[in-house]
Amino acid sequence: MEKDNKMVKALILRSAGINCNDETEKGFRMAGAETEQIHVNKLISGEKKLTDYDILALPGGFSYGDYIAGGSILANQLSVKLRKQMEEFIEQGKVVVGICNGFQVLVKTGFLPGDGMKATLTNNDSGKFECRWVKLKGSSEMDVPVAHGEGKFFADNETLDELEENGQVMFRYSSSEYPENPNGSLRDIAGITNTRGNVIGLMPHPERHLTYDNHPKEISKESNEGEGLKFFKNIIERCKTK
Amino acid sequence: MRLEKLLQKKESSMKAVEVFSKEKTARDKAIEGSLADFGIKADVRVSDVYYIDSSFNDEEIKELAEGLFTDKLTQTFSTETSNKESEWIIEVRYKDAVSDPAEDSIIRAIRDLGKDAKTVRTAKRYYVTAADEKEVQLICKNILANGITEDYYYGYEELNAAEPRIMEGKASDEINEVGILDASDEGLQRISREGVLSLSLEEMKKIKEYFEKEGRNPRDGELETLAQTWSEHCKHKIFNSEIEFDNGKEKEIIGNLFKETIVAATNKIAAKKDWLVSVFKDNAGIINFDDKNNFAMKVETHNHPSALDPYGGASTGIGGVIRDVLGAGLGAKPVFNTDVFCFARSDYDKELPSGILHPKRIFKGVVSGVSDYGNRIGIPTVNGAIIFHDDFLGAPLVYCGTGGIIPKGMENKKASNGELIVVVGGKTGRDGLHGATFSSAILDESSSSSAVQIGNPIEEKKMLDALLQCRDQRLYTCITDCGAGGFSSAVGEMAASTGAEVELDKVQLKHAGMKPWEIWMSESQERMIIAVPEDKVEELKEVCRNEDVNAIVIGKFTDTKKLVVNHSGKTLVDLDMEFLHKGLPQLKRKANWQEKGEEEPQLEEKNNYNEELKKILAHPSVASKEEVIRRYDHEVQGNTIGKPMTGEGPSDAAIIRPEFGKKALVISNGINPRYSFINSYWMAASVIDEAMRNIVASGGDISRTALLDNFCWGSTQSEEKLGSLVMAAKACHDIAVDYETPFISGKDSFHNEFKSGNTTIAIPDTLLISAVSVIDATNAITMDLKEEGNSIYLVGKTYDELGGSHYYELLEKIGRNVPKVREAAKKNMESLTTAMKAGLVLSCHDCSEGGLAVAAAEMAFAGNIGMRINTAAIPNEIDKNYKLLFSESNSRFLVEVKKENEEEFEKITNATKIGETIGEKKLVIGDNLIDAGLDELKEAWKKTIKW
Repeated sequence: MEKDNKMVKALILRSAGINCNDETEKGFRMAGAETEQIHVNKLISGEKKLTDYDILALPGGFSYGDYIAGGSILANQLSVKLRKQMEEFIEQGKVVVGICNGFQVLVKTGFLPGDGMKATLTNNDSGKFECRWVKLKGSSEMDVPVAHGEGKFFADNETLDELEENGQVMFRYSSSEYPENPNGSLRDIAGITNTRGNVIGLMPHPERHLTYDNHPKEISKESNEGEGLKFFKNIIERCKTK
Repeated sequence: MRLEKLLQKKESSMKAVEVFSKEKTARDKAIEGSLADFGIKADVRVSDVYYIDSSFNDEEIKELAEGLFTDKLTQTFSTETSNKESEWIIEVRYKDAVSDPAEDSIIRAIRDLGKDAKTVRTAKRYYVTAADEKEVQLICKNILANGITEDYYYGYEELNAAEPRIMEGKASDEINEVGILDASDEGLQRISREGVLSLSLEEMKKIKEYFEKEGRNPRDGELETLAQTWSEHCKHKIFNSEIEFDNGKEKEIIGNLFKETIVAATNKIAAKKDWLVSVFKDNAGIINFDDKNNFAMKVETHNHPSALDPYGGASTGIGGVIRDVLGAGLGAKPVFNTDVFCFARSDYDKELPSGILHPKRIFKGVVSGVSDYGNRIGIPTVNGAIIFHDDFLGAPLVYCGTGGIIPKGMENKKASNGELIVVVGGKTGRDGLHGATFSSAILDESSSSSAVQIGNPIEEKKMLDALLQCRDQRLYTCITDCGAGGFSSAVGEMAASTGAEVELDKVQLKHAGMKPWEIWMSESQERMIIAVPEDKVEELKEVCRNEDVNAIVIGKFTDTKKLVVNHSGKTLVDLDMEFLHKGLPQLKRKANWQEKGEEEPQLEEKNNYNEELKKILAHPSVASKEEVIRRYDHEVQGNTIGKPMTGEGPSDAAIIRPEFGKKALVISNGINPRYSFINSYWMAASVIDEAMRNIVASGGDISRTALLDNFCWGSTQSEEKLGSLVMAAKACHDIAVDYETPFISGKDSFHNEFKSGNTTIAIPDTLLISAVSVIDATNAITMDLKEEGNSIYLVGKTYDELGGSHYYELLEKIGRNVPKVREAAKKNMESLTTAMKAGLVLSCHDCSEGGLAVAAAEMAFAGNIGMRINTAAIPNEIDKNYKLLFSESNSRFLVEVKKENEEEFEKITNATKIGETIGEKKLVIGDNLIDAGLDELKEAWKKTIKW
C-alpha cells in the first residue's frame, strides 16, 4: 500500500445519545483517515483540542434525546462552549461534517448554511420517523438510507435561491414525490455546504452503505465497497488537496 | 400559618414557556386523525410547554424561550397564560411522580447557558374546536391522555392548569414490622393480598416458619424481598412445578416441567453443539459467534404494563431486555432488537369492557414506544411479527428481544467478598413498585398501578456507553440489571453465594418521602448493579463521570451468606441467602389434556379464489406491516444486510453482520396462536418449524441454529390450561431434539387474562419461538423473485391441514386438521441449505399463514415479477383445490432457480418444479384458481395497516 506522507485525522464527536459514531468512524477509516472518537465533555474540559484534527465529524443519533428539537441541545452546547474553537477550525479550511443529527446540529448552530443565512430542519411532512433507502443526486450519486423524524429542509425562498446560486446544495433527493423525497424537504434538498464548501451536512446516512451488501438489492454479493464510502473518500481527498 | 403557606407556594411555583408552530403541522393532522378514529371532526393545533422552576426572572425566561426552546423559522413562543377565543384548551403532561424523560436533557441545556434549573417538566397543549365539554372529556380520556401516567387539564377559552410539583427530597426512615407470627392462615392470606405480595398460603407459612426460628416478625422490607424473589415472575413456579399429567390415555408424573422438557432437549443435543457457551443460567443465553466474539440473546415479555400504558410499557420492555443483554456475562453490546406483538383487531367495534384501552390505541402506543426508545438508543429493530386476534383484547402481548456481541472470555462473572456494590445509571424513584408481583396476577378493571413507567432511552444509552468502556478496562467483575424487584433482586441474585451488606442512605432518590423498603424494591429503569474491586472504583467513577453517568457505591459483598440492608442506622433486611433462594416450596399440580377443535368443514369447490386470496392478504396478521416497520430504525450501526422488508415484500428473517466481520446472524421468529384452539402440541411444533423455515429460507443453517422460547398463557389454574402448557412444552422438547436445535434461553408469562365483571377474556395459548443462526455473510438469501424465465420449485408436501388456518378464519371456522411436523422436514431443510451454499438458489420464501398462495404472492410483490404455478405438479395428499392454495402445512418452501441449474438443484434437494416466473405482472395458479394482477393483490395487502 502506498504510504501517505501524512494521515488525515478525523475526530468523531460523541455525546449522550449519539449512536452512529462507530459506523461513521468506520467510514473515515475505510476512506483512509486516522480516527478518534471523542466525547464532547473532553473538548469542553480542554483535555482534547480541535486543533489536533483535520476533520470534525458530528455523527447521527439523538443527542441528549432531541427533546426540544432534533440536535438543539447539542447545538446549544457547542454554541456556548465551543463556538470559538469551531469557528477557527472552519476558518482554517478544515472540514466539519454533520450527518443526520449532526446536520441538525450544524444548522441549529448556524454553521450551516453559514454567512448569516437561516435554514432549519423540521418535522417530516409525514409526521413520522421513517427509515427507508433513497437515491441521492448531486456532487455524486448514491443510494443511502434515511432514518429520521425531523429531516425536512426548510428556509425562505430567498435563502433557497441564494443556496442554489452559490452552489451550496450538495445533495438532492431523486424526485419531489413521496417517498423519493422522504420528508418534504424544500427543493428536495438532502444536504448542503457552507459557501466555502468545508462545512457539510446531510440527512441521509452514507456510513450505512460502506459495503456492497448493505444495499437492499445486493444482499448475497461479495462484500466490497458500497456507494456511501465515496462520500468519505471525497472528504479525505479534499483535506489532502487543501 | 398563612404566611408560611404563601411562601411555600411561591417557592414551588414554576414558569412556563409555550412554543407554537407558525403553520399547521403533521403532528396537528395526526391528532385530528386520531380524533377522527373516534368520529370527532375537529380542528387541532398542538403546542409544546416547558415548565421551569422559579429561580429565573421573566427576562431570563424569555431568553431561554428565544434561545433554546424556539426555532425562529418555524415557531413562535409565549410566556403568558394560555387563552384562545372560541376554542377548548387541553393540557396533557406526565403525572408529577412519573419521570419526564426530557427533564435531564433540558436541565443540562440550561446549565450549558450558565444557569441552574432544579426542575423542568414538559407538557403538550391542544387547541381544539370541540363541540362541548363532554366531547372534550372524551378526547382527553380516550385519545390524548393515559390516566395511568398522565394528568390532563382543560378549559374553554382559558386554561388554568395546576403547576407541576417538585418531587425530589429526602427519604423517610420508616421501617415496619409485619405481625405474621401470631397470624392465622386467614390472616396470612390477608397480609399477602393486601400487600400485593402474590404469595400463596403455603409460601406464607414457610415464611412464618423461618421467622419463628428467628424469633421475630419480619420487617416490611424482608417480606417484600421474599415476595419478589419467590414471585412467579422471578422463580417461574408454574414451569418448575411437579405435575401429575393425564393425557387421556395414560398418566405420568413430571418432576419439573421446565427441566424435563426445555432443558432436557438442550442437554440431549449439547454434546453435538460445541458452540453452546452459557445456557439457562445467565440473564441471556450465550453461543459462539466467531473467532473473537460470542453472541448473547434474550427475549422478554412486557404484557401487563403495555395493557395499561402501551407507550410506557413497550418502551420499558425494550429498555429491560437491552439491560438483560448488557448484564449477560460481563456485558454484551446490543446489535439488534426484535419486537413481536399480539393485539385484538384494530377495527374492533363492539363495546369495550371497562378498564380496557381500544386495541388500535394499544397498537399505536406500543409502536410509538418501540420507535421512540429503540431509535433513540441506536439499536436497529430488525425482526418481528404482529398477530391479531380479538382474544387479546384485555391482555395484549408485547415481546421484546435483544441480541448482543460479547468478546470471548467475558462470558463468566462472579462477585467476591470485599468487592463494592455499585449502582450505575439513573436515580431511584417510587415508580414501578411491585412490578414482579403485579405481573404474577391477573389484570382487572381496577388495575392501575405505579407499576408503569416511561423509559428514558438516553439515560440507558449513556449507561451502556459507560459500562462497555468499563467492561473493556476490566473495572468490574460481575454485572446484572435492575429489573423486576429492583435492587432487591439484583443484589440478592449477585450475592446469592457470598452475601451482601447494603446502605440505602447512599442511593440517589427521585422522590421525597420514599420509605426504605420502597427504595430497596423500586423498579426505576436504567440502572445496573456491578461488583467493583476497591482499587478500581475511582477509575470506574471517572469513566462514568465523563459519560455523564452516575456511579454510586451502595454497599459491599461479604462472605456471611446473608443479605443485610440498612437505612439510617436501622436494619431493613437480614435474611439467610439459603432461605431466600432455596426456601420456596415446589408447586405440585395436576394437569390433563385432550384435543379441542371442531369438525373439519366440508366446503364446496369454486373455480376461482381471487377474492379469498385478497381477503387473506388483507387480514391484519398477513397484511403488509410497512407502516410499522418504517417507524423503526433498522439500519443504525450499519450492519443490517438482511432488511425486515425485501422491496415491498416481508423478509423471512433479518440478517445482521456485526463488527463489519465475515460472519452474520440470521434472526427469525415463529408464532401462531390460532393452532392452540385445536392442539397446543402442534401449535408449538408448528411455530418452531416456522422459525426454522424463516432461518433456512434466508440462508441460515439448521445445524448452527439456537432457539429461545417465550410462553404466554392465560391463568393456568385449571387442569386443562396447565395440560395445554404441558403439551406445548413437550412439543418444544420433541421438535428441538428432532431438529437438533437447542434452546438457550426463555421466559414465561402467565395470567394473561382480563377480568371485567363476570367475564374473563383469556388469551389463546401463545408460544413465541425466536431463532438465531450464525452463517457466513455471503450465504444470505432474499425472498424477492429476481427475474422472469426462472423455475419455481416447492420443497415439502402439502397435506389436508387447514385447521386453524387463515382460510378457515375467513369462514369463521376453526376445523380440526392442524398442521403437523413430519420426519422429512429436517432433511429437506438441510438439502435446501446445501443447494443455497452451492449458489443454486436465487430466492426462497417459506409457506406459512395463508399457505402456498400467500407465499407466492409475497415473493412476487417483493420482486415485482409475476409467477405461474401448475397445480397438478404440487406434491400433495389432498382432494380439493382450495386446500392446495391455502393449506398451512409446515416445512414447505418456494424456491426460485435458474433453468440451467435445474438438474443440479434437483440432484441435491427433494424439491418439485411447480412453476416459473413470468414477464406479466400477474399471479396465476392452476387454470384459473388464482389469476390476478400483482397491483390488485398488492393493494389488498397494503391497505389494512395504514395510519
